[in-house]
Amino acid sequence: MTPASFELSQPSKLRRVLRHGDLPWSVILIGMCLIVLLVMLGLGWSVWSGSADSRAAINSAQFLLPSGAGSWNPVSDVYNAWPIILGTLQTALVAIVLATPLAVFIAIFLAELCPDALRQPLNFMVEMLAAVPSVVYGLWGIFVFLPVVVRPVGQFLGTYFGWLPMFSGTIPASGTSRLAAGLILTIMILPTITAVTRDVLRAIPRAQREASSALGATPWETISQVLLPFGVSGILGAVILGLGRALGETMAVTMVIGNNTVEASGSLLRPGATLASVIANEFAEAVTPLHSSTLIRLGLVLFIMTLFLNFVARFLVWRVSRSFVTEGR
Amino acid sequence: MTAVSLPITAAFSNEETARYRRRRLVSRVMLSLTGLVTLLALIPLVWIVFYVLKTGLPALSLEFFTQMPAALGQKGGGVRNAIAGTFVVTLIAMIISIPIGILAAFYAACNPNTPLGIAVRFGTDVLSGVPSIIVGLFGYALLVKPMGTYSALAGGVAISIIMLPTIIRTTEEMLKLVPGSLREAGLGLGAPEWRSSLQVVLPAAMAGVVTGIILAIARGVGETAPLLFTILGNDRYSVLGPIQANLPPAQTLSRILLEPADTLTLTMYKYSQQPFPERVLQAWGVALVLMAFVLGLNMLARAIVGWRQKKMGKL
Repeated sequence: MTPASFELSQPSKLRRVLRHGDLPWSVILIGMCLIVLLVMLGLGWSVWSGSADSRAAINSAQFLLPSGAGSWNPVSDVYNAWPIILGTLQTALVAIVLATPLAVFIAIFLAELCPDALRQPLNFMVEMLAAVPSVVYGLWGIFVFLPVVVRPVGQFLGTYFGWLPMFSGTIPASGTSRLAAGLILTIMILPTITAVTRDVLRAIPRAQREASSALGATPWETISQVLLPFGVSGILGAVILGLGRALGETMAVTMVIGNNTVEASGSLLRPGATLASVIANEFAEAVTPLHSSTLIRLGLVLFIMTLFLNFVARFLVWRVSRSFVTEGR
Repeated sequence: MTAVSLPITAAFSNEETARYRRRRLVSRVMLSLTGLVTLLALIPLVWIVFYVLKTGLPALSLEFFTQMPAALGQKGGGVRNAIAGTFVVTLIAMIISIPIGILAAFYAACNPNTPLGIAVRFGTDVLSGVPSIIVGLFGYALLVKPMGTYSALAGGVAISIIMLPTIIRTTEEMLKLVPGSLREAGLGLGAPEWRSSLQVVLPAAMAGVVTGIILAIARGVGETAPLLFTILGNDRYSVLGPIQANLPPAQTLSRILLEPADTLTLTMYKYSQQPFPERVLQAWGVALVLMAFVLGLNMLARAIVGWRQKKMGKL
């Protein structure tokens, strides 16, 4: 037996133990996976542990619910998050209510009607709408959208629909208001809802459309009475994903909402604040330790809200895609 | 989908014909409405792009790219600090997120049904849904507070978390598309698993992986919220300065990595809040640079996908 062939049949002990490098390889892969999971847990940990002081000092009911005791005042360490939570919900709701029908219409056009030559460029432009950085939306919002669109619209609504509680009062001359944030968010979440709805519509088996046409339905009847009900849970998932984005969006909202942390007004024409905008605005210049801890607690509230919504949305979209695999065709 | 026109024969009564006509009219109106709404949705995009071009272009000059910011209220000056900072922060984020993202995606794609594989996909979903401001809070708790200073490093770590889900998701999708026989051919030639993965499977999926990385960079460069309290902002941030100062390497690195920095997005945000017209004009200039960069990267990603599809079509 020559030494050479001996080496071939019997690799060195180290190489055997390492399985020719496969052991380190799988250790590295698993390690990277664990890092991803640690980051996920770390996000939760940072908002939970960072808000410990605030959670100890202010009880949750007093912090989260409307209270007459006092509102947001960092200088005297009095914190009530209700006006901020209200602002977050108002702006996100405005965005969802306006963006959902628009996005569904666009998705119908992109998935069902669009000529092939137009499809690529239109899809691309919708993607671009999602790719524009949030801070650019904010800058455009301050200097163009507020004076040109929001203020006239706000004045119109205040004049003619002022009897509705949601449009009472007058919009500030600058235009900064919850309405402005809601409208900017509408533009920003439109691509999210559109893209998911479009994919849901595309995933619906062809047989559904053919069956409907064969029964004599017009194209619109096929869409509104067959396709939309068929994909409703996926579309709902898309809307909830959009809602999650609207709740957590920071920069553009911070720049146009007016940052009023104390006014728990029902009116969309008043300046307000959202969870994310308050953190962005005040965290770097937090006045007291309790102040920064309370800001992190707002982050905790936001984290729990978006986490919950994301689960619901993923579950709905997942259920639709699964039902197509089992029932479809 | 094309409108099916039924042959209307004498078998239909007048009333039925009228009803059918009405239904067809409703259909046409609604379908045109979807097209109209699509056009409506493109207005903001076109408006933003043209306004940024029109307003930002006059702000651009050689000085804009090569000078540090001028004193408040003074004309001139540039955003060199922000360009350097964006470069460093994005580079750090890439160094962290690309290997982690690709390797974690490898695991998830190869072991989709193991607990860890499911957990990684779940974690990716969570990460992509977390508001970016919370990523900033995490960066603050993880690095800024323990180190006692805002730093480019903390910003890079925060941005890497923003980039991770995009990279993992696209890489995983692309790896799944690579035929299993390719990997097996590598193994059959006697290559260990890692060699087969890195030298056979990864190159086959490369175009898609690169696309994912480009999209992730585009997202990372455009983020502001995670940087607000990780890098804070620094009018005098510079990379070339410390390098030219001939300091010992450790000190040079710490001046680049461990000091507050600035980025294009952060500069835009701060300048937009200031009452000085020159600053606001510069904010528009930065917006133009940022938009060109981000939209350019997106187009590049699209082009790679298109080029790859063409290549695949030929095979």
